[in-house]
Amino acid sequence: MASKFLLVAQREYLTRVRKRAFIILTVLVPLLVVGFGLFVGKIAQSDETTEIVDVRDESGLNIARRLVSTPQLQFLPVGGTLAEAKRSFQQQQHAGLLYLPVGLSENDPQGVQFFGKGNISLGKESRVSTALTNAFAELKMQKSGLTQVQLDQLRAKVPLNSVSVDETGKEKDSNSGVTTGIASVLAVLIYFFIFLYGVQIMRGVGEEKSSRIMEVMLSSVKPFDLMMGKIVGVAAVGLTQFLLWGVLSWGASSIVLPLVMGPDKPAKTEVAAAPASGGSSVGTSSTTASPIAGAAAASAEQMNPAKRAGVVGSLFDMIGKLNIPIGTIVFGFIVYFLGGYLLYGALFGAVGAAVDDQTDTQQFMFPITMPLILSYIVGFSVILRNPDGPVAFWMSMIPFTSPVAMVIRLPFGVPAWQLALSMFLLVLGFIGTVWVAARIYRVGILMYGKKVTYKELSKWMFYKG
Amino acid sequence: MPSPTPGFILEARNVRKAYAQHIALDDVSLAVPEQSIFGLLGPNGAGKTSLIRIITQITAADSGEIRFRGDRLNPSHISQIGYLPEERGLYKKMKVGEQLLYLAQLRGLSRPDAVQRIKQWLERFELKGWADKEVENLSKGMQQKVQFIATVLHEPRLIILDEPFSGFDPINANLLKDEILRLRQEGATIIFSTHRMESVEEMCDSIALINRAHKVLDGTVRDIRNQFKTNTYEVEGVGRLLVAHPDFEVIEQKERESNHFYARIQLHAGTTPNDLLRFLIGQVQVQAFREQIPSINEIFIRRVRETMPETLQEEVA
Repeated sequence: MASKFLLVAQREYLTRVRKRAFIILTVLVPLLVVGFGLFVGKIAQSDETTEIVDVRDESGLNIARRLVSTPQLQFLPVGGTLAEAKRSFQQQQHAGLLYLPVGLSENDPQGVQFFGKGNISLGKESRVSTALTNAFAELKMQKSGLTQVQLDQLRAKVPLNSVSVDETGKEKDSNSGVTTGIASVLAVLIYFFIFLYGVQIMRGVGEEKSSRIMEVMLSSVKPFDLMMGKIVGVAAVGLTQFLLWGVLSWGASSIVLPLVMGPDKPAKTEVAAAPASGGSSVGTSSTTASPIAGAAAASAEQMNPAKRAGVVGSLFDMIGKLNIPIGTIVFGFIVYFLGGYLLYGALFGAVGAAVDDQTDTQQFMFPITMPLILSYIVGFSVILRNPDGPVAFWMSMIPFTSPVAMVIRLPFGVPAWQLALSMFLLVLGFIGTVWVAARIYRVGILMYGKKVTYKELSKWMFYKG
Repeated sequence: MPSPTPGFILEARNVRKAYAQHIALDDVSLAVPEQSIFGLLGPNGAGKTSLIRIITQITAADSGEIRFRGDRLNPSHISQIGYLPEERGLYKKMKVGEQLLYLAQLRGLSRPDAVQRIKQWLERFELKGWADKEVENLSKGMQQKVQFIATVLHEPRLIILDEPFSGFDPINANLLKDEILRLRQEGATIIFSTHRMESVEEMCDSIALINRAHKVLDGTVRDIRNQFKTNTYEVEGVGRLLVAHPDFEVIEQKERESNHFYARIQLHAGTTPNDLLRFLIGQVQVQAFREQIPSINEIFIRRVRETMPETLQEEVA
């Protein structure tokens, strides 16, 4: 009876949503997200500060002027003796001192020294070294007769434009970074949702069993309605929680972060307030961000707000422009999200019903969670790198692994027949596991004081009504 | 197609139920009269709970049929049956009022009706202030009252109580008895299931005895007692009792202090108690004279001894 099923689902939902733990968790997680964002922001900030390296050039080769400064590293030619320079870089809190001695040979540059405060990080050393190498290369090229114009031309970067070609030969822009990002986020969402709320189903069944209310319930409700009501009710709890987390995280970060970071970063507010303008091209660091991107940028911490806003804005743009099939992703995500959850939810429910004691769940948990964990690990290590390979194909067909595996493949584009077959198999798998689970559930919930084995479980399949 | 027998709310015909390892019910037939208190009696493991689970549609019989007021048992009857299982429980984290509302709605009661009745019942059971308390804050006795309310809230025509008095303190047990009698007065039929036969004997109108998956006896309590009575009378008095009479036989005789005696005397066929009394009055001073009526427990033991003597010791231990 549909109305009873709804009553059960409603109870499962309301009792959980009103729990203090739910409310606390719902409020706490966005705060943690914001706090984490702040933390990451501060770290990024400290990492992105420009470090100044003094250069005392006694070589007479004019290397100091050829050293190219980067956003992380700025070279500052200084005068005076080496001893004076050493003192002054420390006094001025500069990151280091690069010393080019007299008589430095351009062909065999020996004796260059780098003085740093305390230990010198590998990153800093390699940056200085790269700058030096480039400077020497340039010097030698110029000596061999190249003009400054020719040198500039040599330095030009080659922009690599990735183009993805689909089966029909259509060519589209491709951005593997964005695609990978979307795939990862979707897979993580599904994985955690199934785990977090699947376990809640199991606990819920266990509680009903240990509180001995099952028999009262069963004289009013069919076991199947009871199980499905619980699964659907818990799913609604999960969706509510995810939705609230999203909204609260967004809200909290857009309020808190500008307040915290705003005063000392005037550029940020400027960006957030920047008028919406159409698409910005990839990689530009202008302020051509849409308002939502501006807000997102405001929420997203960073030291370099203008650039970040540009990146976020362009990210939104790119998703629109690239061959990322948004319609298919959204549709597919919903199908695999629900299908995967129902499939695993039913199994978790069956485990809860089969055992008396929560501590006995381990032996049954393992075979259930293994395919899920496997699809997660393989998904990130193999499928993400080769979304059209045989591993990806097979894992996205098997119903136990397809929710994670196929969602990873979705942003890269999946042939329609594969998607259709995979969804068909998922539905079959879902019906199959629910059937099995309902039988285990039906027998298990009234079975007390018995240590259940797999052999026993398989017998339950064939018990009559 | 057997026609429904009038006057019975529930009829079980040739019900059989087997589990993997054992047979729980073997060809059990019984009929529960409308508006009566019916005792379903038997030792633990006899098959009582299996039968109840079939009646409450938690499981189904392998063969045989159950008829509820003449119709084959079906899910529409769920709202007319109330069941208090032996394994009773409540959602511990749920408030009393909400829990009762939920269970009543699952039994098909509308929300406004349920709210109204919950209020009445909580008042009747002196739980008025507890509706907004979570169940885990209630004492065990209170929880049992709540469980009973949940069983009868939807005003079922048939109320099945499995070991209803276990765990009740004497005061609450009496409260419960009064409520059960009142419910019958209002038209409900009550099935008691228990292995403690003496606890419900006085309340039951009819009973069925079940042992080892078989029904061994059923009928009204009065008929069964008449059927099993042995025409034995207990006599107490003063004097010396000397019985040498072809119509009577002394089964047991005890001499007590200062010329008192106690005796159990069986009448032979065709003799009335008055014949015995007349004989006694001429001999001794009669102080007490009563028919010895077997208890249901004694009848059960006797019946089981008759049908399967070799299993008796373990069964009634």
